[in-house]
Amino acid sequence: MAELIYTEKSIPKIYGEDIEALPQDLYIPPDALEVYLDSFEGPLDLLIYLIRKNNIDILDIPMANLTLQYINYVEKMKVIKLELAADYLLMSAMLIEIKSRMLLPKISLEDEEDDPRAELVKKLIEYELMKDAAENLNEMPQVGTDIMIAQSYFERVTEITYPDVSIDDLFEAWKNVIKRAKQFEHHQISQSELSVREHMTIILRKLNDKDLLEFSTFFNSEKDPIPKLVVCFLAILELTKEGLIKINQQPSSSSIFLQLSEA
Amino acid sequence: MTQIKKLKEVLEVALLTSSQPLSIEDLTKLFIDKTDRSTIRMLLDEIKIDWQDKSMSLTQVASGYRFQAKADFTEFLMRLSPDRVPNYSRAVMEVLAIIAYRQPVTRADIEKIRGVSSNTNTLRQLIEREWIDIIGQKEVPGRPSLYATTKHFLNDFALKSLSELPELNSVLTQELSDSKVDESREEIQEN
Repeated sequence: MAELIYTEKSIPKIYGEDIEALPQDLYIPPDALEVYLDSFEGPLDLLIYLIRKNNIDILDIPMANLTLQYINYVEKMKVIKLELAADYLLMSAMLIEIKSRMLLPKISLEDEEDDPRAELVKKLIEYELMKDAAENLNEMPQVGTDIMIAQSYFERVTEITYPDVSIDDLFEAWKNVIKRAKQFEHHQISQSELSVREHMTIILRKLNDKDLLEFSTFFNSEKDPIPKLVVCFLAILELTKEGLIKINQQPSSSSIFLQLSEA
Repeated sequence: MTQIKKLKEVLEVALLTSSQPLSIEDLTKLFIDKTDRSTIRMLLDEIKIDWQDKSMSLTQVASGYRFQAKADFTEFLMRLSPDRVPNYSRAVMEVLAIIAYRQPVTRADIEKIRGVSSNTNTLRQLIEREWIDIIGQKEVPGRPSLYATTKHFLNDFALKSLSELPELNSVLTQELSDSKVDESREEIQEN
């Protein structure tokens, strides 16, 4: 351990040797001051520190003295961490403003009541009150660190209560099942076996035999199911479109005749 | 007589197994025939006395009653979970103090008292801890949120109400009233 001994001649010694100059490599980390200033919570905190350190009566602050000390701190801070200094610089300006207002001669008697420091003092006290309260809060016993809460275990029995069921309920349920099942019945949509092509052939065959046939002879509306009638009609239209048959009607509302077109 | 004993045991076991403080209201739910509040209160007082010489005590906090270990045992219990709960920074504690003593306050009010622009992280930390919450908006331009402390905060600090907060430094309060500022404090509008 390095011992610092002051001799009669007041020459400091380390390990019994005289020290004439500070060691060249004495290193002060550049962040040291930053850390120090960071430990203030803001300009009010710094001001309160200065006031308490100098044993100043907060209700009668020597503005010049305090402002000077304050600005000294802030100047050091500015060099290192400018962005941190913004709030502090604003306070510097305010302190100087207060001091200058105090220097101005008082205009009227009423003004005497109006101490330029009053607003600042109020702020300082209010802040110190809260700072103090925060320290007290922090020292109060808290759950988790100083207060331990009882929390015994108990097994939650999730009791299963069975509902009453009567035979009527069962029957009702069954009826519902049936009802619902019906709604889910499948409707098979079967593809029609009737093909338009097939009918086209049938129609052509008939016309081959008979040469000329009346339109209604192709339709037996009493015997044929509707799909068949539709397909038959489609077949006639299709044949006409393809130019295989001709459809003739002499006077309107008279009978329609079909015949092969090449005839 | 045995009836009373049974009721007390039910209350006891409910309080011992609950993770939250139980209010009188909660405790009445334990019984089918609504036992009246005064009876429960009386029984709780008896339980308090029964446990006087034991390791736990029945304590009343903001949201009700809970069993907690007596302070003498904290030291031992802390050895079980040595990873200390991290302390909040001074900034967080100051913000908490301002909210606790001056609530409801806006962020601007807090900043005015502290004289620094505060970082949103501070408020978020306190909200996450469920110690503070937003109870409304101040009817001024921007409608800033009003912060207040929660019941949870009171529970965690073992307080029954805000009136039990430690008193503010009397010397400073005296100085504040001595300072020649007209005391027309800005009224904080409540919602």
